[in-house]
Amino acid sequence: MDLIKLTINDIPVEVPKGYTLLQAAEVAGVYLPTLCYHPNLSTYGGCRLCLVEVEGMRRLTTACTTPAGEGNVVKTNTPQIQRLRRNIVELILSEHPHACFTCERRDRCGPMDICLRNVAVTERCVTCPKNGRCEFKEVVNYIGFDESNLPYAYKGLRVETDGTFFDRDFNLCVLCGRCVRACQEIRGSGAIAFNFRGPEAVVGTAFNNPLGDVGCQYCGACVDVCPTGALTEHGNRFAGPVDSIATTVCPYCGVGCQLDLEIRNGKVSNVVAANGPANKGQACVKGKFGLAEVVHHPQRLTAPLVRRNGGFAEVTWTEALEYVADNLKKYGSEQVATIVSAKCTNEDNYVIQKLARAVLGSNNVDHCARLCDAPNLVGLTMSFGSGAMTNAIEEIGDASCIISMGSNTTAAHPVVWLQINRAVKKGAKLIVINPREIDLCQKADLWLQQHPGTDVALLMGMMRVIVDEGLADQEFINARCENYEAFLESLKNFDLDSVETMTGVAKADIVEAARAYATQKPSTFLSCSMTQSSHGTDNVLAVANLAMLTGNVGKPSTGVNVLRGQNNVQGACDMGGLPDVYTAYQSVAEPSVQKKFEEAWGVKLNPNVGLSLSEMMAAALEGNIKAMYLVGENPVLSDPDAKHVKEALEKLEFFVVQDIFLTETAELADVVLPAACFAEKDGTFTNTERRVQRVRKAVDPPGEAKDDWWIASEVAKRMGGKGFEYAGPEQIMEEITGLTPSYGGISYERLERETVQWPCPTPEHGGTRDLHVGTFVRGKGKFVPLEFKSPAETPDEEYPLLLTTERSRFHFHTSTMTGRVKGLKKLGSEEYVEINPADAEKLGIEDDGWVKVVSRRGEVKARAKSSMATPVGVVTMTFHFAACPTNTLTNTALDPVAKIPELKIASVKVEKLTDSG
Amino acid sequence: MDAKHLAGQLRPLLSRHRKDRASLVPMLQEVQDTFGYLPREAMMEIAFYLGIPASAVYGVATFYNQFRFTPLGRHPIKVCLGTACHMRGGQLVLEALERELEIKVGEVTEDGEYSLDRVACIGCCVMAPVVVVGDTIEPRLTPFKVEEVLVKLR
Repeated sequence: MDLIKLTINDIPVEVPKGYTLLQAAEVAGVYLPTLCYHPNLSTYGGCRLCLVEVEGMRRLTTACTTPAGEGNVVKTNTPQIQRLRRNIVELILSEHPHACFTCERRDRCGPMDICLRNVAVTERCVTCPKNGRCEFKEVVNYIGFDESNLPYAYKGLRVETDGTFFDRDFNLCVLCGRCVRACQEIRGSGAIAFNFRGPEAVVGTAFNNPLGDVGCQYCGACVDVCPTGALTEHGNRFAGPVDSIATTVCPYCGVGCQLDLEIRNGKVSNVVAANGPANKGQACVKGKFGLAEVVHHPQRLTAPLVRRNGGFAEVTWTEALEYVADNLKKYGSEQVATIVSAKCTNEDNYVIQKLARAVLGSNNVDHCARLCDAPNLVGLTMSFGSGAMTNAIEEIGDASCIISMGSNTTAAHPVVWLQINRAVKKGAKLIVINPREIDLCQKADLWLQQHPGTDVALLMGMMRVIVDEGLADQEFINARCENYEAFLESLKNFDLDSVETMTGVAKADIVEAARAYATQKPSTFLSCSMTQSSHGTDNVLAVANLAMLTGNVGKPSTGVNVLRGQNNVQGACDMGGLPDVYTAYQSVAEPSVQKKFEEAWGVKLNPNVGLSLSEMMAAALEGNIKAMYLVGENPVLSDPDAKHVKEALEKLEFFVVQDIFLTETAELADVVLPAACFAEKDGTFTNTERRVQRVRKAVDPPGEAKDDWWIASEVAKRMGGKGFEYAGPEQIMEEITGLTPSYGGISYERLERETVQWPCPTPEHGGTRDLHVGTFVRGKGKFVPLEFKSPAETPDEEYPLLLTTERSRFHFHTSTMTGRVKGLKKLGSEEYVEINPADAEKLGIEDDGWVKVVSRRGEVKARAKSSMATPVGVVTMTFHFAACPTNTLTNTALDPVAKIPELKIASVKVEKLTDSG
Repeated sequence: MDAKHLAGQLRPLLSRHRKDRASLVPMLQEVQDTFGYLPREAMMEIAFYLGIPASAVYGVATFYNQFRFTPLGRHPIKVCLGTACHMRGGQLVLEALERELEIKVGEVTEDGEYSLDRVACIGCCVMAPVVVVGDTIEPRLTPFKVEEVLVKLR
C-alpha cells in the first residue's frame, strides 16, 4: 500500500493513499471539530468546522473533503481558523439553545435544578434529552464560547412524535444533514429531506406528513447519526452518558448485525448499530428498537415452572432439573425427540444436541431450519457440496446484476437491502422475481411476477434462453461441472411458450432477465423463502444450475446466496441440530464419524438417522414419540397445520420447554425452564454468510433464568451423562473446535479480534469469504436435471384462492419477542388478509372488514385489506400473531428430499363476516 | 380539482420530460404554469415518474420561491414589499390584509376567493405602497384603505 507522509500540527504521520486530512488528523491523534462529517456517510463539507490550513494552499480547506497529499504541512488550530470556527458556531448558537454554555455551573447542574439566571427552559442544555452525549457541545467546548453578539431566536417548532420509537425536535437541529444522507444514501428510503431554505430550512418529510406515511422504515439510522438532541430515541432520553457498552450480535434475522447495547443502571437502555462486517453501522427497526424492551420485559420467565393441578407452580432449579431428568429416564431412545433452537448460541446448541445424542441416545434432533432452510442445505450440498451461502453479504453491493427471488428483502432482511441499494446506485441491474408486488419491485429494473409455485419452470425457461443464445459459460462448465448433458436434456421441455403459459411471465421479460444474468457479470442470486414448498429442493437445485451455467459461482460478488431466517440457524445446523448429522454435517451413519464422537463423548452412539421436525410431530400424534425436549421455538404458531401440531404436543406424555417467555407452545408443557436471552450470555452466533461472531453478556438474567447450555448440562448430569462439566461457553467452544473441522481455527481469543467465516480449519487459516473458489467443495459442481411439478394443492372450486404467507417489516417470526415491543405493536398491530381489489369486490369484502379464511385444515379470522400488491386469485397473510394463527391453514405436504412442508402455498376460500364473530 | 381530471392533464405533461432527476425543476415549472400551483398529487406523480422519493420533490419545490402550494384565489392579491413600498409602510398593509382575510401570506382563503402573496418590486414606486389585485394596481394604500379595496371586489 502506498503511504503518504505529512505533518499535522508538527506531528508527523503516515497514512495510506486516499485518506482525507480529517482521517490523517485522527491517525495523528489531533481533534478536529466536525458536525456534518460521519465516517459511514458520504462527505459533505457543509458545516465548515473542520477547516484547516495547508501550507502552499491559497485558502483554508475542509479537512473532510481534502485528500492528504505527500509532504502536506497542516495546521488545525491557528488563531484565524479558530476565529472563523467561532463565527460559525455563534451563528448556529443563535438558533440553538445555549444558555448553559456561558454558565460556569454547566457541568454540575442537573435538569431539575433551579436556574438562578433568567433563562428559559428551552434555552438550557441540561434540559435537553441528549445532554451528556451531545456532539455539538463537544465542538463548542473545543472552540470555546463565552458570549454571543447575536440575538437568540428560539424557533418554537412543535416536537414531532408519533409515539413509536423516537422524537424529532427541530429546535435542536443544526442542519448538519447527517440524517438526510443516512436516509437517502444508505437506507435508500428518502423519507426525509431538507425542506424550505434560508432561516426556514428544516429537515422534514414530504408535505410534512407523518413518518409512517412517507416510507420511513423506522430503522433509526437517522437517530444513530444525529449529533444533537434533535432526534432522540425514547430509550435514552435524559439518560446522560452510558455506564458501559456491550458489543454483541442481533438475535433477530440471519444477517448478524453487530449491535452496541448501551447499559445504564444494569439495564440495556437502548441499542446502537455497531460497525460489524455484515451491517457496517446499520440495523433495522427490530434490532434497533425491538430489543431493549424485550430483554427487560416483565413477562420474562424468572423461575422454573412445573405443571401441577392444571396450572404452573414455581419450583427451585434442583427440583425442576431432577423432575425433568427422572421423567426423561422413563423413555426409550426412540420415544424421545429434541428440538434445538436457531435462536440460541452455537455453544447452547452443541450441548443440547449432545444431551440428545449422548444421554437420551436418540438422533431425533431437529429445529426450525426444517421449516425454512432445509432445502438450501440439501439442494446446495447436492450441487456444490456445501449447503451454506456461498459469498459474503458485503460483496452483494459490488455485483453488476442481482436477482432476488422469493425474498422480501426490505422487510425480512433490511440490512441486506442496503447492499442491494449500494449495487443499484452503482448501476447494477436488479431483477425481482416474486408473485407479490413487494417494495423491492419499485427499485427493480425488471419484475417477473410468476404464478406462485412455478419457480422451477421460470428458472428453467431462463436457462433455456441462456443455452439457446449461446450465453452459457462453456469453459466453466467443462472445467468444473458434471452431468451437463443430462441437464441439457431436461431443458427440452421448457421452451419459452410453455414457460410463459406455466408461469404467467411474458416471454420478453424472461429473455431480458436471462440475458442480464448471463452477461452482466458478476451476477449474484439472492433467495429466501422459495424453499417453503413441496418441491423446495428442486427450486434450490434450479438456482444452483443457473449459477453454474453462467459461471457465477466461486468468484467475488456472485454465488447462490440464501438468506437465512434466524440469527443462528446456520450455527444450529453447523452444531448438528439435525437428525442425520453431527457438527459440521458429519453423518451419523458414517462409522468413522460415529467412532470419533464415541471416543470424544465416551458413550456408545446411535447410528440411525432420526426424525425430522415434521415427522416428529406426526410421530407424536401417533403416540410413537412420547417425550419432547424443546428449546426456544414456538411450533404452535410456526409449523404448518397448527391444529395438528397442538394436538400432537398435547398428546406427549412429557414435554419440556426451555424459553425466555411463556410462548403459546410453552403453555402446553409439563415443565418450563427459564432461559437467559442473548443479552445475558456469552457465546457465538453464526450468521447467514457463515460468519462466526461473539455474543457478549451485557446484563444479568432476570430472576433464576439460566444459560441454555447450563440447563442442558445439568439435565444431562442428572441422567448420568459424562463430559458435561463445562465451566463456560469458552470451554464448550474448545470442545466444538476439536470435533468440527470447519470451526477448527476458531477460538474466543481470536473472536475478540475479528470475526471468522468458516471453513476455517486451523488457527492460521484466515477464514473463507467465498466458497467454491477454484474447485467445488464436492469436487465438481453437479447439474441436476429437473422437471416441473405443481404445488401439492391447487385452487379448485371449493377453495378457489391461493394463500401465500409473508413477513412484516415490524415483526419477527411468531412475534414472541417483537410482539412485546410497544412501538412495533403500534406499527404492526394485527393480522391482515391482503386481497386483490378485484377479488375483494367479487366477494363483497371491504377494507378493515372481518373475514374468515378457510382451508382444508382449519380456519382463522382476520381483517381484510385490499391491495394491488397481491395478484388476483391470491391472498397473503403473515404468521406473526397468536390471535390469528395463520399456520392453521397451511399445508404439511412435504418435500420428499428436504422434508420441508409447503408453507407458502395453500388453497383457501375467504368468506365475509358480519362482525368479529 | 378531482384526481381523475388532474391525472388526465398530468400524464401528457410528464411524458414530455426525460426520466431524469435533472427534469425535476422544469417539470415543476410546467405543472405550476398549468395549474397555477403545485398540487400535492402532482408532486407525488412526478416523484413516481422520476423514481425518486416524494421528499426529494417536496424539498426542491419548497427551496424555490417561485413555487406555490395552494391555488391562486379568484382575486390574487400581491403586496409589494420593494424598497420604496417597504419604506412607505408596505409591511403594515400586508399585515392588515392578513387580518382582514384571516390568512397568512402564501395562503388562500377557504372559499377560494382571495390569495395573498408578497412580491419584490413591480416598478410603480412612485405610487408606493402598492398592492396588485388581479391586474389592477391599487396605489398609495394604508391599512385603513385595505377594507375599501376588498369591498370593491365583493
